[in-house]
Amino acid sequence: MNDAIRKVVMPKWGLSMTSGKVTEWIASEGDEIADGDDLAEIDTDKIAGALESADEGVLRRIIAQVGEDVPVGATLALIAPADVPDAELDEAALLAREELDSGAVAEVAGPVTGSVEVEGRTICFAALGEGEETVVLVHGYGGDKNSWLFVQEPLSQSHTVYALDLPGHGESTKDVGDGSLDVLAGAVLGLLAERGIERAHLVGHSLGGAVVVAAAAREPARVASLTLVAPAGFGSRINAGYLRGFAEARSRRELKPHLAALFADPGQVTRQLADDLMRYKRLDGVDKALGALLGTLLDGDEPALDVAPLLSEVDVPVAVVWGRRDAVLPATNGEGLDDVEYVEQAGHMVHLEQPNAVVAAVNAVTNRR
Amino acid sequence: MARTISYREALNEALAQEMERDESVIVLGEDNAGGAGSPGEDDAWGGVLGVTKGLYHRFPGRVLDTPISESAFVGAAIGAATSGLRPVAELMFIDFMGVCFDQIFNQAAKFRYMFGGKAKTPVVIRTMYGAGLRAAAQHSQALYPIFTHIPGLKVVVPSSPYEAKGLMIQSIRDDDPVIFCEHKAMYDVTGEVPEDSYTIPFGEAGVVRDGDDVTIVAIGRMVSVAEEAAKQLADSGVEAEIIDPRTTSPLDTETILESVENTGRLVVVDEATPRCNLATDISALVAKEAFGSLRAPIEMVTAPHTPVPFSDALEDLYIPDAQRVANAVKTVVEWKR
Repeated sequence: MNDAIRKVVMPKWGLSMTSGKVTEWIASEGDEIADGDDLAEIDTDKIAGALESADEGVLRRIIAQVGEDVPVGATLALIAPADVPDAELDEAALLAREELDSGAVAEVAGPVTGSVEVEGRTICFAALGEGEETVVLVHGYGGDKNSWLFVQEPLSQSHTVYALDLPGHGESTKDVGDGSLDVLAGAVLGLLAERGIERAHLVGHSLGGAVVVAAAAREPARVASLTLVAPAGFGSRINAGYLRGFAEARSRRELKPHLAALFADPGQVTRQLADDLMRYKRLDGVDKALGALLGTLLDGDEPALDVAPLLSEVDVPVAVVWGRRDAVLPATNGEGLDDVEYVEQAGHMVHLEQPNAVVAAVNAVTNRR
Repeated sequence: MARTISYREALNEALAQEMERDESVIVLGEDNAGGAGSPGEDDAWGGVLGVTKGLYHRFPGRVLDTPISESAFVGAAIGAATSGLRPVAELMFIDFMGVCFDQIFNQAAKFRYMFGGKAKTPVVIRTMYGAGLRAAAQHSQALYPIFTHIPGLKVVVPSSPYEAKGLMIQSIRDDDPVIFCEHKAMYDVTGEVPEDSYTIPFGEAGVVRDGDDVTIVAIGRMVSVAEEAAKQLADSGVEAEIIDPRTTSPLDTETILESVENTGRLVVVDEATPRCNLATDISALVAKEAFGSLRAPIEMVTAPHTPVPFSDALEDLYIPDAQRVANAVKTVVEWKR
């Protein structure tokens, strides 16, 4: 096949995804496509999201029809410059269609999961990509490594990307000790040490933002850059009601109304999201962990963390991304920071609502020297 | 870490983790340790279907092999529960429960109430129910409605490996008698289950699938039957919401009513025979509390009012299947006044 013809394939969003459906083609055949443009809406049994182009050119052929079940890695469409002859695209489309019909799609290697022992705790991670430089993604309060699913895959094209579960979260040990930033930052640095990663670009969301700043302050030589996504520890406002509601919810029905605070688009609060979070909250030890971390985040109804002094000690490139409609840590918290990129159509979960903004920020900061 | 394991393994893991965590948890029942066809206790069989396999050696002295005397060992388990242990008794087939009704209905279920809250009875009675294994009329019934009828008992009917583990751990930690009903045709069903211990609270239904056209409430094994039907229906443009009550007592009435208020249509799928079962109970609830929302009469998909047939062909007809559920859904969706 002509190298100029690029395949758009079904992405692998998360460890358990094996196939998905196109629910809508946003781009049409003949459209000019830029890197990062939304091509199609994809639905899996767990999650829905927009597929962004990793190439530029013209969308020449659409292979997968709306509603068709497509295995991960199978070709959905073909992108090529306008000067590639139609005959070549017809041939490539035929092959892609045959591959799809036969079901003989080569299995895509998803993230590799593993764990390390840090200070008596098991810290779990998912790693993807083979790039020379390493990016480590650190989730927020109540999140886990899977919350980066739309970000980890695109970043893995140029980096080795780790997403970890902080203590008290995901599949890591639920004991968080005193729940201090030091314990959490220790887990991130411990992962780097145990995996033999000398230096990494750290990306932190929310509580994870404060964690990566603390990690950089503690071992500056190990940190190449910081990307802070709606980070905790800056500014004077915090939605204490959301945090307590999340920690205290005992059922899906109690939890779901609180989740609306996370997104600009309330349609993102699906039953599946609430179910997945309840599965996490039901694990032994999670109640205690969330309670301890609540003490780290809150002082009464005010923010308890201030990591601005720590950040000022750190001499590495820093990028900040904030959802303009953040209802947990309002975007005004970013006022004291330099070069904040505000994302209009995003709430607190920028990396789920507008993942391309986070991907672009990380790519830019990792290229800065 | 979540991995894919069977319903049987999920139950075994729940028992092992609770026995590890709490010394007062013991297991007793027929062949729990020795087992049919084995030369003795050393060759642990782990119950007729292997759910307790491996526990005998791991927890010395805490897995008791009992004689074939349900009334005796269920009574012993209840007595042990009132005096400080947390026994999990395995009563092989729910069909045999009849010989220990007094112990369960009139003793265990009443202690907390009759002793003014001073007694607790944290006993779990595990038992197999359901048709489909060619086990004939005396070993195939879905008798959970009988226990649901008795105040003071909690009744659990898990629909998947994830549910099985979380509900079993909750059952063991609960201070009231729990009848834990395992479908005998589900032990090899697999699903994602976290390695960590976790609990699923009683009285909180799972919403297995979202839909706006019809509510399907399905019990135990019937949840997967409803899911199969929902897939077929989606191809013809009908989106079914599937609710798995998980526990029939207590029953999460709120989730059922909220769903029917949205869809306006209800189909209840229950493997039990049709008189005084969960289908009639849930239908009565919805007819009374959400009558104004109903756009069609309620449909019930159940077994017929007969013993479970010995003939393979008849047994297959006896168990509600996806086609019958889909037909019932079509009836309520197409219903015109």
